[in-house]
Amino acid sequence: MRITRLNTDIIEIEQEKADLLSIDPLIEKYRNKKGNMIPILQGIQEIFGYIPRDAFDKVSDETGLELSDMYGVATFYSQFRLNPVGKHIIKVCHGTACHVQNANALTDALQDALKINDGETTEDGLFTLESVACLGCCSLAPVMMIGEETYGKLTGDKAKKIIRDIKRQEAN
Amino acid sequence: MSQVSGFRFQVANPKPETQNPKLKTQNPKHKKMEKIKVIVGLGSCGIAAGAKKVFDKIKHIQETENLEFELKKTSCIGMCYREPLVEVIDETGSFMYGEIDEDKVVEIVEKHLKENKPIKDYVVKADTFKTIDNTFIDDQVKITLRNCGYIDPENIEEYEARDGYRAIKKIAGQNVSRLDVIQTIINSGLRGRGGGGFPTGLKWKFANNNKAEDKYIICNADEGDPGAFMDRSVLEGDPHSVIEGMIIGAYAIEATGGVIYCRAEYPLAIKRLEIAIVQARKNGYLGKNILGIHGFNFDLYIKEGAGAFVCGEETALIASVEGERGMPRKRPPFPAASGLWKQPTNINNVETLANIPWIIINSANAYAKYGTEKSKGTKVFALVGKIKRSGLAEVPMGMTIRDVIFKIGGGIQNDKKFKAVQMGGPSGGCIPEHLLDTIVDYDSVNATGAIMGSGGMVVMDEDTCMIDVAKFFLDFTQKESCGKCTFCRVGTKRMLEILTRITEGEGEDGDIEKLEELAYQIKDSSLCGLGQTAPNPVLTTIKYFRHEYEAHIYDKKCPAKVCKKLLTYEVDPEKCTGCTVCAINCPTKAIDGSRKEVHFIRQDDCIQCGSCFTKCKFDAIKVY
Ligand code: FES
Repeated sequence: MRITRLNTDIIEIEQEKADLLSIDPLIEKYRNKKGNMIPILQGIQEIFGYIPRDAFDKVSDETGLELSDMYGVATFYSQFRLNPVGKHIIKVCHGTACHVQNANALTDALQDALKINDGETTEDGLFTLESVACLGCCSLAPVMMIGEETYGKLTGDKAKKIIRDIKRQEAN
Repeated sequence: MSQVSGFRFQVANPKPETQNPKLKTQNPKHKKMEKIKVIVGLGSCGIAAGAKKVFDKIKHIQETENLEFELKKTSCIGMCYREPLVEVIDETGSFMYGEIDEDKVVEIVEKHLKENKPIKDYVVKADTFKTIDNTFIDDQVKITLRNCGYIDPENIEEYEARDGYRAIKKIAGQNVSRLDVIQTIINSGLRGRGGGGFPTGLKWKFANNNKAEDKYIICNADEGDPGAFMDRSVLEGDPHSVIEGMIIGAYAIEATGGVIYCRAEYPLAIKRLEIAIVQARKNGYLGKNILGIHGFNFDLYIKEGAGAFVCGEETALIASVEGERGMPRKRPPFPAASGLWKQPTNINNVETLANIPWIIINSANAYAKYGTEKSKGTKVFALVGKIKRSGLAEVPMGMTIRDVIFKIGGGIQNDKKFKAVQMGGPSGGCIPEHLLDTIVDYDSVNATGAIMGSGGMVVMDEDTCMIDVAKFFLDFTQKESCGKCTFCRVGTKRMLEILTRITEGEGEDGDIEKLEELAYQIKDSSLCGLGQTAPNPVLTTIKYFRHEYEAHIYDKKCPAKVCKKLLTYEVDPEKCTGCTVCAINCPTKAIDGSRKEVHFIRQDDCIQCGSCFTKCKFDAIKVY
């Protein structure tokens, strides 16, 4: 079921105090608009990369949206994250086409290279590894996306090399 | 004088012939270059394959050498297997270059653009001669994809130049009544391309019948079926056709508002839609009293989906647009009576809408000319998996699956043996070899146990394990189940557990029957399409590949050598050179043997990780 995608262990991670002033314009924009819950949450996530606990409270106080409803929505849709993520989010496609072309090997290789499991963030905060279903580039399977960049026709080694390149850039 | 400055010289000087004899020969070429168009395919797939770099390179050459050709961008033409694609159109016609990189581009500029000598070896499609790729193109009929790869999607004029917005202008100019528009769509035989296959015209009629102050039309662009990407391609390549389709639909059902519900995973599609909507507003296709049709007020906006497969279901999608969890509800009332904000609402998918303007311009008969008795027109298929030419193909309904895969798709990669084609995604099923002559139309595909779905065709070869595929889909639907219906929520999980056991060598006698029983119960007691169809991948694989299930359960073997736990690795003493690489890499140190001696794998310690197999340079590890 959809809620099971939440990994309860991770929830306990200490969250830094987020600067909530930055979401004021967002709240203003959607105040009293029908169907505003998802756009507000999407907006918050755009700012912080995830939805900080305090942001829920603030939105609830200011708009009257129920905390429980918001939590329900945030845990229902796969887009929303409740914990901070790494600077680079690696989305490995596990859609049908990619699965048939051995996407598992990519995830294995990346887990090995980054020393984290699927869904986790590296200690240095550089990378988060995620699985997604279909990025729409199935003809280039297997595919992964880092930031806005999509990489196709990958192998485990090629994926590792891309990670090494990013690390090198970050080090400079 | 270098060739480069030679070009610049000609531009600046009206009579270069008299000045430098060498230029005499260059001048006519340069004149031609002005008329040359160079078009780069910049769809998501093209960009991922490196098209952006190619585009930048051409631009760089053009700027530094001051060349006069016209450089343009377009989107995906469907030949994804040849990306990046660069089309050169000169006076003799079009030349589509495939698999182009930054080096090849330089060659094309030098030879084709400057010397007028097309490089035939790189050409994959041309007006003037045939290439090996013609078998991909020749049997296709492009209606939905009529503009994809031909226009710059960010430029409304290019859409207008290819009959764009002529359909709605025709309706406005000739005072075509709402019911006539609906009748045309009914007569065309167009059925919903999102999977259900419900007649589009009828759907519009229902929505039209329900009177209300506000009505809505929603475009379902939440292409959730993993392995299908035609909607992305249409949105990226021809967003205006979808918008025009929505405008016509809005006119027909008297909708006042429109929503395009698009996946957030498609950032480029969203960007291009945003641009298109602004342009359409500016040109008066959206807004008040559109094209002078009195009282026809309509505008639309994009709603980004937040990621939930179940939102492909209409009532769940509506809940999601309203900002709620996307949980389906009971029908009736159908959305046509009470949908978004409890108003009559009509939902069509991207591909369906893209067909509408074409039908209005070319008549219902022109559309119904293609296809079979009950499935008219054309259908776009996403050919992916172990197929040689993966990409998008639009074919008339009624073609055999064999022709789509072997003629258009070119057959199986590395000339392996075809095993099955998966159609319809998580709701569909696997079609085996002996049914390859099934024709593509809604009813024939349904009869196999699969469904047409959105048109994904994932081709599988002898190296694909069908139990693994069934498990893959169940894992997907199990995660995506919204949790409302018990059988869907719990049943899919139980099925997944059984499948996992089977693939791990713990299958038991009676498992197949248990799977079947659960499957039928889930189908019977789920509210929405997700649950009703979730067991299909399992049922079709049991139906057509029962022997594979049996091999897993009784012989504890995976014939396709995919399920790791069922494999045995052994050293081939003939081939082993004693290089020790396998032993060094074995994570459990299960390999004995010293340098220059034949090695040996202790089966008790082997965890079947396969690292010896991948690392061995001498092909000395046997798997069975
Ligand atoms: S299945 Fe991976 S991009 Fe579609």
